[in-house]
Amino acid sequence: MKNSLRTPYDGIVMAAPVTIPYARYSIESAQWWIGRALSALVAKAGIKASDIDGLCVSSFTMGTDSGIGLTQHFGLCVRWLDTIPLGGASAIAALRKAARAVQARDADIVACVAGDTNHVDSFRLTLENFSRFNQDAVYPYGAGGANASFALIARNYMRTYGVTREDVGRIAVAQRANALRNPHALMKTPLTIEQYLAARPISDPIHLFDCVMPCAGAEAFLVMRDETAASLGLPAARLLSTIERHNAFADDPMQVRGGWAMDVGELYAMAGVKPDDLDVVQTYDDYPVITMMQFEDLGFCNKGEGAAFVRQHDLTIEGDFPHNTSGGQLSAGQPGAAGAYLGLVEGLRQVLGEAGPTQVKDAKLALASGFGMINYDRGLASGAAIFAGPAR
Amino acid sequence: MIDPIEPPRRKNPLLRTRLPASPPRPRSRTSHGFTRAAAEGRFMLQRCEACGTFAYPAREACPACLSAGLVFVDAPRRGALLAETTARVPSDVYFRERAPWRIGLVRMDCGPTMVAHLHADCVEGAPVIMSFQLDKSGQAVAFARPEGETPNMADDRQWREMTADPKFRRVLVTNGRSMIGQEAVAALKAAGAKMVFVGVSEPWRPFAGEQLLRGQAGIEIVTLDAADEKSATDLAADIGGKVDILVNTTEYVRPGGLLDRKGTSIARDEVDQAYLGFINLAQTFGPAMRMRGADGINSSAAWVNILSVYALANWPAFGAYSASQAACLSLSHCLRAELRPGGVKVMNLFTGPVDTEWFQTVPPPKVAPRAVAQAIVSGLKGGLEEIYVGDVAAEIKQRLAANPKALERELDK
Repeated sequence: MKNSLRTPYDGIVMAAPVTIPYARYSIESAQWWIGRALSALVAKAGIKASDIDGLCVSSFTMGTDSGIGLTQHFGLCVRWLDTIPLGGASAIAALRKAARAVQARDADIVACVAGDTNHVDSFRLTLENFSRFNQDAVYPYGAGGANASFALIARNYMRTYGVTREDVGRIAVAQRANALRNPHALMKTPLTIEQYLAARPISDPIHLFDCVMPCAGAEAFLVMRDETAASLGLPAARLLSTIERHNAFADDPMQVRGGWAMDVGELYAMAGVKPDDLDVVQTYDDYPVITMMQFEDLGFCNKGEGAAFVRQHDLTIEGDFPHNTSGGQLSAGQPGAAGAYLGLVEGLRQVLGEAGPTQVKDAKLALASGFGMINYDRGLASGAAIFAGPAR
Repeated sequence: MIDPIEPPRRKNPLLRTRLPASPPRPRSRTSHGFTRAAAEGRFMLQRCEACGTFAYPAREACPACLSAGLVFVDAPRRGALLAETTARVPSDVYFRERAPWRIGLVRMDCGPTMVAHLHADCVEGAPVIMSFQLDKSGQAVAFARPEGETPNMADDRQWREMTADPKFRRVLVTNGRSMIGQEAVAALKAAGAKMVFVGVSEPWRPFAGEQLLRGQAGIEIVTLDAADEKSATDLAADIGGKVDILVNTTEYVRPGGLLDRKGTSIARDEVDQAYLGFINLAQTFGPAMRMRGADGINSSAAWVNILSVYALANWPAFGAYSASQAACLSLSHCLRAELRPGGVKVMNLFTGPVDTEWFQTVPPPKVAPRAVAQAIVSGLKGGLEEIYVGDVAAEIKQRLAANPKALERELDK
């Protein structure tokens, strides 16, 4: 049952999910990582670089480059180009724009790619220069990046809805279990709820295992029409619906919901599916409490029921609610803007049946979400997409 | 409730002195509207002229109606603490050294939500009073404290980072012969200064008020003629490492301008005493102060200048004196920039004619030396950068802002 006024993404598909294995620190540049991702895309899709006629790039550490510089750098001649600086919402935004571009035949094959390096000091430099509001009114307070800002949001959310650290910890613990099956995850040792609770405090109530580990890495996928994929013999996933929203609920004194809550009805209506139909869910997990918020705002439970939801469900690969199957950013690592792509690319592998050790049995329908840009006191950008594998 | 701070123990000279670090400094140009407010101890926010909405952080257009008419106005200080957190491992060096550091999100009664440093007695859900303070970078930051007094309120660790409270600090008052100098000594002692060194040139020569200084506990007369480079150098060699606050009370007032004076000898004296004296003090005491900006409870904290408000606008009746004061004002901005890496504040206190002999012929209102001394202490306790003492100074400031030409014409009478 479809019920949306928006033009459907008929015949628009995603293909060739690519992950360049992460490294905690890298002496290479962001351009190097993006180059590896493009090379892997071309190899995986069995195309030539010159077949790519659309490019969408996200990165925090490209220095003075934007997408245009990369065309010459990588010898690409494209007729559609975008650079998306939306942090954790970059992948969903890239997918939406690329989908409409190929649908309108402004381009035939769009490469969506995100990559960042992580030099020993680059994370701190990214924090320092994040945004004007951040520079003027957050960074001078020793907020030390997103930790303190999310700590304030988490504290208020947990108090408002009676959420305990143990509730939130279930998400992190389940993701670590998933990550142990992902050979590329940076975290390689099991995590128990006792260890989670005993972790050292970073910015109360945020403790060590609530935080992602910044790293270097790159992620990418292709967007095209289904006939293009068929002619290339590429397995592809159909895009069913997307939503995107920025600066939602600006009148909420503190953030207890993201922009998803404003558009979630349309997300499912456009796809013609219900939350229960989903086989695998990939949320943006810069902090597990934000994932809990997404379970509510993406319609898996009501506002305030996130804690009960995670108590009642098994979030591991074999569980009844497979979630962040590669370990998510919490356990696989956060490669800058590529962290936005991590869930979407893993979801794509899942519905294509290519996820290997982290494969959810018979996964056909997936949801991936994004969240980003804590410009001042809240994350401003949110988005989500639902897509289906060839088996559905 | 917080415990009172303990008097610092005698410093072990073998231990390394902790070097100053600065909290993050970059700000947008518009955001310096808060710097201006903080410098004077005012709480100002942007308010839209078109729709009345208060905005924060600093914006270029109103978030409610997109008007560009955002004006910094004095704003209601009250708000409620929505949530707090304690940062335990910040990435910034300044905060990492001072962790755990407590910040919170405050919903102001007038609308905006502000990230703020928190006084230890702030409680989630309870009302707070907001101010802008100058941090160790000299930049404005929001600081929330509880509504109403709490015990030992000024001893709060995070608050003390924002202020130059004389409590347990050692102060040099450079001119003990002046009335302002003597009142400053008394006020600083009353404010808890551990030691006040009082500079007196040729201290064997008796002077009025001497009995208030000599032989008093915690007050030590030292030989200082600021205009004499060697005198300043000698004193700094002796006590330069233990001057936490320097109050420059150099005073050299002579009437007259240009045409009714013959030659430059009086002007040279004015420059020697006020301007070159300032340079001597800065060069001899400044480097150690800059070095000791993070040296514990009695770290170096502030440099205070007493300036005539006619530094801002020339008063022809005391025209050459006004010019010497303008030179000192300009130099104070240079000193502020050079002491900034040490987190040491430079506070300028502007006063109208003081009730002393050199302003004998000037009609009231005049400023009592005691009022200047009290303003020094309250400015240090509040961490201010600019203070206007008395009605004349406050009025000159307003008239200058309203119309500098009108002020120039009207001072000529």
